[in-house]
Amino acid sequence: MSESPSQAKAQPHDEHFSHHVRRYLYVFYALLFGTLITVGASFIPFGSRGINIAVALVIAGGKAFLVAGYFMHLISERKMIYGVLGFTAFFFAGLMALTLWSFGDFPPHTITH
Amino acid sequence: MEIPYTTEIRKDTGLYNAKVGIWLFLASEVMLFGALFSSYILLRIGAVEWPYGWLNVPLGTANTLVLITSSITTVMAWASLKMGNFGRFKFYHAITLCCALTFLGIKSYEYHDKFIHYQVNLKDGRIVDGHMEENGKDEIVILGRYVKDAHDVLDLHERKDLAKPAPIKIERSEIATMGNYGPWLNTYTAIYFTLTGLHALHVIGGAIVIFYLWAFGGKMWKTDPERFTNRVEISGLFWHFVDLVWIFLFPVLYLL
Amino acid sequence: MQATHAIPHTGIHEEHHADAGFWRTYVFSTDHKIIGIQYGVTALCFLFFGFTLMLMMRWQIAHPSVPVPLVGPLLEKVLGSVASQGKISPDLYNSFGAMHGTIMVFLAIVPLAFAAFGNYVVPLMIGAPDMCFPRVNMASYQSYVIGGIIMLTSFLIPGGAPQAGWTSYSPLATSIATNGQTFWLIGMVFLITSSLLGAVNFIATIIQLRAPGMTWMRLPFFVWSQFVTAFLLLLAFPPLEAASVMQLMDKVAHTSFFLPTGLAVGTLGHISGGGSPLLWQHLFWFLGHPEVYVLILPAMGIVAEIIANNTRKPIWGYKSLVYSALTIGFLSFIVWAHHMYLTGMGIRVATFFQTTTMIISIPSVIILTCMFLSLWGGSIRFNTPMLFVMAFLPMFGIGGLTGLPLGFNFSDLHLHDTYYVIAHFHYIVAPGTIFALFAGVYYWYPKMTGRMMNEFWGRVHFWLSLICMNLIFQPMFAQGMAGMIRRMSDGGANYTAAHNTATGAEVIGGLSDSLMRLHVFILWAAVCLGLAQIPFIINFFWSIKHGKPAGSDNPWQATTLEWQTPTPPPHGNFAKAPIVYRGPYEYSVPGHTADFTPQNEPDKA
Repeated sequence: MSESPSQAKAQPHDEHFSHHVRRYLYVFYALLFGTLITVGASFIPFGSRGINIAVALVIAGGKAFLVAGYFMHLISERKMIYGVLGFTAFFFAGLMALTLWSFGDFPPHTITH
Repeated sequence: MEIPYTTEIRKDTGLYNAKVGIWLFLASEVMLFGALFSSYILLRIGAVEWPYGWLNVPLGTANTLVLITSSITTVMAWASLKMGNFGRFKFYHAITLCCALTFLGIKSYEYHDKFIHYQVNLKDGRIVDGHMEENGKDEIVILGRYVKDAHDVLDLHERKDLAKPAPIKIERSEIATMGNYGPWLNTYTAIYFTLTGLHALHVIGGAIVIFYLWAFGGKMWKTDPERFTNRVEISGLFWHFVDLVWIFLFPVLYLL
Repeated sequence: MQATHAIPHTGIHEEHHADAGFWRTYVFSTDHKIIGIQYGVTALCFLFFGFTLMLMMRWQIAHPSVPVPLVGPLLEKVLGSVASQGKISPDLYNSFGAMHGTIMVFLAIVPLAFAAFGNYVVPLMIGAPDMCFPRVNMASYQSYVIGGIIMLTSFLIPGGAPQAGWTSYSPLATSIATNGQTFWLIGMVFLITSSLLGAVNFIATIIQLRAPGMTWMRLPFFVWSQFVTAFLLLLAFPPLEAASVMQLMDKVAHTSFFLPTGLAVGTLGHISGGGSPLLWQHLFWFLGHPEVYVLILPAMGIVAEIIANNTRKPIWGYKSLVYSALTIGFLSFIVWAHHMYLTGMGIRVATFFQTTTMIISIPSVIILTCMFLSLWGGSIRFNTPMLFVMAFLPMFGIGGLTGLPLGFNFSDLHLHDTYYVIAHFHYIVAPGTIFALFAGVYYWYPKMTGRMMNEFWGRVHFWLSLICMNLIFQPMFAQGMAGMIRRMSDGGANYTAAHNTATGAEVIGGLSDSLMRLHVFILWAAVCLGLAQIPFIINFFWSIKHGKPAGSDNPWQATTLEWQTPTPPPHGNFAKAPIVYRGPYEYSVPGHTADFTPQNEPDKA
């Protein structure tokens, strides 16, 4: 929940919350919709498998953004948390990218399957 | 001296302790599932052939919708507590727990389906692929079809050429080898069971924590409502993470 | 000197504590100081056990197939046919090797350096009443003990302990006919859980529980080093946990995550293939490399504290130290494949990792340089902690510099998997980290017990350990450069020139006699090193009751907050939060009468 910096303690605010609740509902509908179009898109023959993968991952990424941003309140979180997650994302990307790269890079004329 | 900032926020970070703790833990979970996803990519790229269409998409979609529902009920449960409504909290988290059980139920059914799905290599060279209907001492009945070779059932996407499954009786003496669609069958089933199994363990863990707060939370709600609300928020963050992982698991394993 | 004394034995928490009973107070404690001591004692026991494994391995190397003296019959009784007639069979040697590495890294050094010292000292140093999550702290210790017991149990099962090295490379790890590897993997899951819980606790504590006035740049360097170490554990361990789960599936569920197609090894039975052995290596070393920084960073922190205290001047280059530690932490995640130069990687990838490896040596050198420079112009007190710490500097220098030929792709082609590597990393961990840990024990002992350890026997311990460690590991550089490879259960007897000419075999690059004679020399040095620890062990226990009383709560006249508490600090540490007015190393400040000013001493107007 986005707490203004002047609030030292969490306070229940009924009126404040009703528009947050509405936001949660919109996110919910978006997630349902996202699920259905993910499934639908997987049946569309785009030609190359790569495009199907990209479409699925983009939609999944969008859904993830909604869950993380609104349900997990990341959209209004503190810098400290962003920092931790930023480094995590970098190291995860590094693990994936460097490992994949090393699988694809080998001395010329080396026998592979 | 008491440990400070258990409920009140530390001014320079803007956070209370448990929130820092759970996000750190979730960061480590990102690395855990990230490593498994990286392994998935690597194994798939390095594979000569990869199955397609082996999982039940409607069931997977249902599970996705179930988890998304549980996600909104989780955040609503916390919001109810912020608005001072304990009864509403109990209502929403009851739905969350039902969703968790539904998810695990569907997952168990899917696992069971794989474990009774056999590939039977007969001595005369034919292969029977299907689900075990009867498991007798001298003979078995497979509801399936004859296939030319294992490669024939690799890609099950829109296969109009495959015969409809029919009961096939096989004498045990005719069987050369047989094995079911467990993790040992190929790297696809291996990574499928490992990824979804680890995810399911997290679902169970999260559900246990939420159940504990749901069932026994009344006492702390009366004595320290802010601290209890924070605990619900923290468990909710974990639960949303579990949903997040599934958001990626579903298309990767079921659709691509 | 005005110290803020916490008021002991009053306050609700003390009363609760007093009638908590023996079990709640000493076994199932949530107090960070008790947990720190629990970690410390457990880790020292594992350190001792790992040391004995090494002694038996060195015996086998120096005298292949000769029954081990003294313990031979016991080995046979406990372990059965692998130790028949008290001789160490090749299988047993391999399992000793795997367990020595595993125990030393995961069960001894990291719990001692990070968990033991960190738990005891960090909350005190930042002015906190305890760790952020005391019950999680207790759970993390218990998980560690369970993991350790599972690992040790593997010695007693049929087939014995795992034999594939602490690195557990597949397919070897899962194809050896023992369930020892399963125990290793399950044990690792518990140990990783323990580390993750501990890491979360440390980071949250350092972020949230710093006392008023304790800004980031007023933190003692030890706290910074623990902070970075915790991040390394938090983010680098999970991929190894994922890999362990996959290898466990390979072993127990007969999957083929790491087993390639076409592998024909009898015990494996029918496998699907399609897996990749390299995948295990990548996931293992993704942890493995940050792990070595986990081994050294807390030690560097301890060294910094003791140098500042015993030179009576601030550490040179505090900011450089902090930024270097952060840089090391960050870079350590993208250097791992320098452990994999010989796996057939292409030039581009190898060059990338070589570059990042070279870059990471820079902040390490900066840290060491700052510490050397800190000695300049200091009023040095040569007490036992300071002796260990001053020896750390050149020893770590040797260890670190000898890592450079290993970081370069082309020289590593010759040196990979030889004794040169063993010498390199043991120089860093043995006369490096362990010396810093010894220094930490001697240094913080009076805070924990109110008594000093005996100074004379401390010096005996120091000089004997320093000499013996150098005698053990220096020759290994020569052996490695001459081509002696690692993990040979006969010490290389099959590869000697003498052996091969006798059999009439064609000899190219056989190991020379002088090289082989070094084995005996190293064995005796190792035995002496073991004997040199006896004064330390006796000193440690004897001084609890009979050591010279410390005389004050701050016998070293130190500035950091842990010395401004009663001895030992009560539950809750401080009656109320101390207020911090200055940085951590205000020694010999011009114009002050005392040669040190504690961090929480109010400014005199």
